[in-house]
Amino acid sequence: MTGSPTSLTLAEARAALARKELSARELTEAHIAAVEAARPLNAFITETPEQALRMADASDERRARGEALPLDGIPLAIKDLFCTAGVLTTAGSHILDGFRPPYESTVTEKLWRAGAVMLGKTNLDEFAMGSSTTTSHYGPTHNPWRRPGDNRPLVPGGSSGGSAAAVAARAALGAIGTDTGGSIRQPASFCGIVGLKPTYGRCSRWGVVAFASSLDHPGPMTRTVRDAAIMLGAMAGHDPKDSTSAPVPVPDFEAALTGDIRGLRLGIPKEYRSEGMPAEIETLWDRGAGWLQERGAEIVEISLPHTKYALPAYYIIAPAEASSNLARYDGVRFGLRVEGDTLDDMYERTRAAGFGPEVRRRVLIGTYVLSAGYYDAYYLKAQRVRTLIAADFVAAFEQVDCILTPTAPSAAFAIGDKADDPIAMYLNDLFTVSADLAGLPAISVPAGRSADGLPLGLQLIGRAFDEAMVLRVAEALEKAAAFTHLPSFVADPR
Amino acid sequence: MALDKATVARIATLARIRLSEDELAGLAGELSHILTWVEQLNEVDTVGVAPMASVAATGLPMRDDRAAHDTRPEDILGNAPKAARGFFAVPKVVE
Repeated sequence: MTGSPTSLTLAEARAALARKELSARELTEAHIAAVEAARPLNAFITETPEQALRMADASDERRARGEALPLDGIPLAIKDLFCTAGVLTTAGSHILDGFRPPYESTVTEKLWRAGAVMLGKTNLDEFAMGSSTTTSHYGPTHNPWRRPGDNRPLVPGGSSGGSAAAVAARAALGAIGTDTGGSIRQPASFCGIVGLKPTYGRCSRWGVVAFASSLDHPGPMTRTVRDAAIMLGAMAGHDPKDSTSAPVPVPDFEAALTGDIRGLRLGIPKEYRSEGMPAEIETLWDRGAGWLQERGAEIVEISLPHTKYALPAYYIIAPAEASSNLARYDGVRFGLRVEGDTLDDMYERTRAAGFGPEVRRRVLIGTYVLSAGYYDAYYLKAQRVRTLIAADFVAAFEQVDCILTPTAPSAAFAIGDKADDPIAMYLNDLFTVSADLAGLPAISVPAGRSADGLPLGLQLIGRAFDEAMVLRVAEALEKAAAFTHLPSFVADPR
Repeated sequence: MALDKATVARIATLARIRLSEDELAGLAGELSHILTWVEQLNEVDTVGVAPMASVAATGLPMRDDRAAHDTRPEDILGNAPKAARGFFAVPKVVE
């Protein structure tokens, strides 16, 4: 082996482990050192090096017995929204102080059963509510990318910003995140990595701290499309413990990466070409369509007429579900308690101290739109609009196999920007939120750089449970874009 | 819809979040701003459109009515800020 094993892709590391050029112990030690070297980014809330080494040694023993598993010895970072047995799980919130779940989330359990190694728990916006990883109780995460000649730290996007920063900075071979309005894809775009939000129901939500149950999607964040396919294969599958988990078979996603997209019909939704879209985003989008056309895809203009209503519908539905889900944080069973004279007094003091400003705002909006007299006007109205948004996609997929859009309306911005206007922050999810409302698989692939040198992603959206198609087209896009730039900060364990 | 301080105070009570007078005033402005923005949904004709609660196409699955013992009570109580005699402990609610 030449160079640090942290520069390998997940697939390359898997091959090196299989050829016994590298042990899981060596690979894990290199990553533990990288996680330490990456501390200036504040990407991790909790590092778990001892556990990682135990898991790596067990992996090496399995391989020596000839019983290697699909992800054996692969070090991963876990968004701190997934419950991990006995390991602090915070959701980025003060209100979960000291919470050590007595159980393991289904998705992480599946990863460990596939042989993967846990490096630690990554930072996020509090309860995954945000697009910048600045609302965490544990402080902001810094994007490993900076603008050339400009030392101001940038946001990694959010809410899965710690996972995105860790993967981009070469502190983990892959990570998992969750996507409710764009929280896997937007940080992937901001950090120059691949982020896949699978179909709703593809990956179990059991043991994931709930934000908006009808919208929360666990998914992989990696440096290549192939790595995302590998991870999804290990994470996916029916789980009787999640009543919305889909009882459908899990295909071999890696086998879908044939490189052949000839004859596929690729939709370009005209409503996404809004006024005020930065020229460099529009240029990149056109270039992406051109690349796929050169490889044999047919470009078709499509219409998703209710696109502009997706974000406002989301900002009723998600807070409504959040206000209900977050009712459990009351100082009784886990986390923070601020004592009070009565039970209600204790609840009110605990929740005032435990929730940050954005979470508080969303719980209050959600409580309002669900309250008597406003339920029909806001909540039911938004759910009806959601039906129309989902129907737009059903109609579009009668004409096309896959849809191509930009991932986010901008590159990464400076920490502190957009902090005083919630709606300016919400607009980050302009292009990602529709796929959450419709539950469709969608991926962000690094496709180019902004004028000031920051990564920009393009998004592909597919039919429900057709991640294989999304991954196939994504790999073609990845090859064409040949994005090989490194961030300004790379965790160097030497 | 513009929310006044009294309305925000009422919602905050429903949500069990204690807010100061200053916080109420700030939130009244912020929440009004967000609600005014989401009201663009009123431009959409939704007559006869069914509300979508979930994209999951299946109904709720049934399982056998059997007790499961996955987690031990002491593990669950281990996370409680206060526990006593095998129970969660809270301020006195009955005289």
